[in-house]
Amino acid sequence: MKAFSKDFRKKKMTGTGFLLLITISLFVIMYIGGMIVFADKGFAKPQMFLNLFVSNAGLLVIACGLTIVMITGGIDISVGSVTALVCMVVADLMENKGMSAYVAVLAALVIGLLFGIVQGFLISYLEIQPFIVTLAGMFFGRGMTAIVSTDMISIKNEVFLSWANFRFYMPFGSVNKKGNFIPAYIPPTVIIAVVVVIIIAILLKYRKFGRKLYAIGGNRQSALMMGLDVKKTIFKAYVLDGFLAGLGGLLFCLNSCAGFVEQAKGLEMDAISSAVIGGTLLSGGVGTPVGSLFGVLIKGTISSLITTQGSLSSWWVRIVLSALLCFFIVLQSVISSAKKKK
Amino acid sequence: MKRKVIATLMAMTMALGMMSVAASASETEGTDGEPLVIGFSQVGAESDWRTANTESMKSTFSEENGYELIFDDAQQKQENQLTAIRNFIQQEVDYILLAPVTETGWDTVLQEAKDAGIPVIIVDRMVDVSDDSLYTTWIGTDSLLEGRKAAEWLNAYATAKGIAPEDLHIVDIQGTIGSTAQIGRTQGLEEGVEKYGWDLLAQQSGEFTQAKGQEVMESMLKQYDNINVVYCENDNEAFGAIDAIEAAGKTVGTDIANGEILVISFDTTNAGLTDVLNGKIACDVECNPLHGPRAEALIKALEAGEEVEKLNYVDEEIFAYDDTVTTVTAVNSLEEEGEYAVTPITQEIIDGRAY
Repeated sequence: MKAFSKDFRKKKMTGTGFLLLITISLFVIMYIGGMIVFADKGFAKPQMFLNLFVSNAGLLVIACGLTIVMITGGIDISVGSVTALVCMVVADLMENKGMSAYVAVLAALVIGLLFGIVQGFLISYLEIQPFIVTLAGMFFGRGMTAIVSTDMISIKNEVFLSWANFRFYMPFGSVNKKGNFIPAYIPPTVIIAVVVVIIIAILLKYRKFGRKLYAIGGNRQSALMMGLDVKKTIFKAYVLDGFLAGLGGLLFCLNSCAGFVEQAKGLEMDAISSAVIGGTLLSGGVGTPVGSLFGVLIKGTISSLITTQGSLSSWWVRIVLSALLCFFIVLQSVISSAKKKK
Repeated sequence: MKRKVIATLMAMTMALGMMSVAASASETEGTDGEPLVIGFSQVGAESDWRTANTESMKSTFSEENGYELIFDDAQQKQENQLTAIRNFIQQEVDYILLAPVTETGWDTVLQEAKDAGIPVIIVDRMVDVSDDSLYTTWIGTDSLLEGRKAAEWLNAYATAKGIAPEDLHIVDIQGTIGSTAQIGRTQGLEEGVEKYGWDLLAQQSGEFTQAKGQEVMESMLKQYDNINVVYCENDNEAFGAIDAIEAAGKTVGTDIANGEILVISFDTTNAGLTDVLNGKIACDVECNPLHGPRAEALIKALEAGEEVEKLNYVDEEIFAYDDTVTTVTAVNSLEEEGEYAVTPITQEIIDGRAY
């Protein structure tokens, strides 16, 4: 522990780095703990780990989008509704309107983009509170979903199902009870999600756009005085966030293969909590997509641990998550007050 | 700096705490021999019926009976169920029980279970999948049979009391339109009307709620003054209807000849059966949530290598205020005719029931 703090001092870690480190070590500790305790229940299997990505690919992409707007000091609570709308439109286009899967995919991305453009415009150029704008977006998205159809639509389109059921098999795997070797696999959604995280990470860290975001989130006034195009950058951030919500919704749909009104309810809160656990500051200026990735993984691990345990109520997932959230918020405020002292 | 170290320590402690919770829980699983491991993904805990359903599974697949039940409450979210089933597959459970939140969206994950060679038993709601072989079997209630039982009971009762079929003026307070229970129960009544020539005055949805049931009954009472039978498609609607009837200055009961209004209901909840005991509901047909024993029987058959039916209906009883009718003969959804006993209700029966 001492060595750690010394090391910490030497490198003069930023707040971002420190929060990220905490998140990653928490995840590693939790996961290794699970592997030891539940070794006989398959927790040590590589597939169990990959399933964290399989089940949360959509959430991962959506959390990335949220990270971007949260870095600017904003928020987007419409993403859950956008996901439901995307799932419903995709299902409706293919099953009721007889469109091809490619058209449906295009529609999904366009829906996301449109949400991004409208919300971004209202937030950046008309300077309306992001919470209110995206709250309206949330109601609109859920309402439109019900307008498209109130039925539960099952996706049976062959092309779409072939994407959903496609598996990339890994050279590693595990041996089952009967002694057969089962290779681990990932569906294409996981690859898309991971690529998105990498692209956004590079974008934020090494591109002008990304640096502007941190500058604006850190201190909007000084960013303005430095001559940054604040409004345009914020607008772009929300467009990108909207697009990622559309893409995330599509990945979500590839997992659930269905459209119905109640889908993805509360997904926005999962995405926000993942970003916060991943070290994104709600006040802006701090956060990374990689952190959010680990936030999502932590959330997945908690529910996985509790399901594997088998007798604890599933509601413990929420309780543990809330404890973690509190912990991270306290940690963040400690860091930002330390920053001010400097 | 100190504070940050403390914070890190806190993180560690929390993670360790989590682990110890998990560890202590896993220690209690003392097993002798090889228990059958069952993974059960339940919809949630939204109603008494659902809770009774969960409890039935938990008490059936207990350690004493030689099972290890891994229970997951999906909190009404399909994505939670997808995650839970994938988890069950990795744990290599012997059987998966799935009470689906939705009918749709199960192709992918059920295919994964099939590939892993784990039989899946669907409970309660049906799944809408492109390939039937994705699940092994289904257990649930037979709403059509429930409706037919009620209709047959009404016919037998009227015959015994010497009431002509055309003198039965019936109103039907339907369930939420489109739900499995509404479709089956309405069809059961309509078949009776067709078969025996009753006078069906009106049909309207009470959406399975007490408030809506009361509202619908009020308007029906204003519209028709000769109503003598109310067919409520669940107990909650019956409570509302009874309130409306009593508020209109009429009485509920079984003495149709003297102007009382006879109420038929479904679900046999505890409160519903209490109303049967008080004579407010004349006949209450069960919608049985106790799926555990049937699920166990199916699993035992599968373990023995036997073929099982694709559709399995749980046994459901009929409770009545008096013993005018002792048995009814009705045809179930599988077109099998059966004779079903009608049990006159007593306080002991209500006390002895699990829900």
